[in-house]
Amino acid sequence: MPGISNAARLITFHVTRYNPETDGAPYLKTYAVPVREGMTVLEGLHYIKDNLDSTLAWRYSCRMGICGSCGMFLNGRPGLACNTQILHIADANLTVAPLPNFEIIRDLVPDLWTMFDKHRSIKPYILRINEAEINDPAGEFYQSPQQLESYLQFTYCIKCGCCMAACPTLATDARYLGPMPLTAAQRYNADTRDEGRRERNALTGTSTGVFRCHYAGECSRACPKGVDPARALQLLKRRLVLDYLHLARRIKRCEKLHGPGQGKLLPDIAAAPKGTVG
Amino acid sequence: MSQINRYDNRLGIWGWLGGGRWGAERYAYILHRITGLGILFYFLLHIVVTSLRAKGIYLWAGHGFLHQPIFEFAEYVVFAAFAYHACNGIRLVLVELGFAVGKPIEPVYPYKTSLNVQRPLLVCMMILTAVFLAIGGYAALIE
Ligand code: HEM
Ligand code: SF4
Ligand code: SF4
Ligand code: FES
Repeated sequence: MPGISNAARLITFHVTRYNPETDGAPYLKTYAVPVREGMTVLEGLHYIKDNLDSTLAWRYSCRMGICGSCGMFLNGRPGLACNTQILHIADANLTVAPLPNFEIIRDLVPDLWTMFDKHRSIKPYILRINEAEINDPAGEFYQSPQQLESYLQFTYCIKCGCCMAACPTLATDARYLGPMPLTAAQRYNADTRDEGRRERNALTGTSTGVFRCHYAGECSRACPKGVDPARALQLLKRRLVLDYLHLARRIKRCEKLHGPGQGKLLPDIAAAPKGTVG
Repeated sequence: MSQINRYDNRLGIWGWLGGGRWGAERYAYILHRITGLGILFYFLLHIVVTSLRAKGIYLWAGHGFLHQPIFEFAEYVVFAAFAYHACNGIRLVLVELGFAVGKPIEPVYPYKTSLNVQRPLLVCMMILTAVFLAIGGYAALIE
């Protein structure tokens, strides 16, 4: 294994600044940041805030690629500041800009509201024809590992917006639903517990829906979680076409199990230990 | 309170056309749109030129206006655009109907995406385009 060098290298950060109260347009400000191997862009921003300019604003929370807050435009590509190492993408200069295709609130903080609105509009939750069943469940739904795999990949989305920033269709048309919400639509459509596909089709099949996607594939290249939105969207298109032609194979919906404690025990399984609390 | 502005950071045409560090499918997409619009423009031009004969103007007859080298070359460009558009279009039909993107998988680093699954198809279609261009070029030269 190559040794890890501790020597710091000076990298010039070109950071987009924008103060909504005083600036008409964003501008670039440069900072020299000493960078050691392994340092992430997020750590670089902290260095700036601690030592060079305390007014810099950005959004982050988990610093481990889970919360989806720190999506940024790094050297012209969308990515998470917390899981991008500076020396992996820069040797002397690094541009750090807010995610494009969103409004800028301040400095590196984009307003992801438009994405969340679209996400909400496709009903990203299990829909059942019998609503009472959801509100007053009598048991749980059975799902095989194969059925789980048909949508599992699309559940890893952390709603960071990197795909929305990469999409060329969204760059020119703000009304397009975009890769993240449409991936969520496919995630629920493909879930055997869900019965809301036709309801979602009414939105995903419109002129602002999935057929605005031309498979430029940037979303999948940008996604830091390997969700592969482009795949989800093509599968969504396929399903829409089949539905439209009335050719869709009927997927067997989940069967419900009996409520907790009512299932049949397999033989040779020891009884559960006595509770130790309460 | 002072006024709070919002800056609309949508990339617009530049986000569609440029950006620089993109992948092969992105360029295929841009070229597909340009060639599609190009062929459409050619069709419109074609209708204008051929309808001129109603006025007794034959721009293509004998050693007419349209037989200058520049137009011969432009004709080849239209042919090339059509060859690319048709070959790439077949890939898009397959991909967008979900035939060449593979099944959902567990995302394990380094991520492999549907782009990797359909890449061989892209390569085949580009080779097919090149073959058409070569045949077309050869046919044009011996004419
Ligand atoms: C064999 C012949 C052709 C095939 C297989 C084909 C295929 C396709 C496909 C699949 C698309 C959609 C691509 C996407 O989703 O991004 C498309 C788009 C388009 N095609 Fe064709 N096409 C053919 C011929 C033509 C012709 C002759 C014209 C010109 C009149 C044309 C003009 C266009 C235009 C303007 C677009 C829109 C491009 C865009 O919005 O990105 N195509 N073609
Ligand atoms: S594959 Fe579709 S959704 Fe993804 S970036 Fe391209 S056009 Fe946008
Ligand atoms: S699909 Fe990927 S890039 Fe898009 S919001 Fe989800 S995690 Fe982020
Ligand atoms: S800080 Fe949570 S994803 Fe980067």
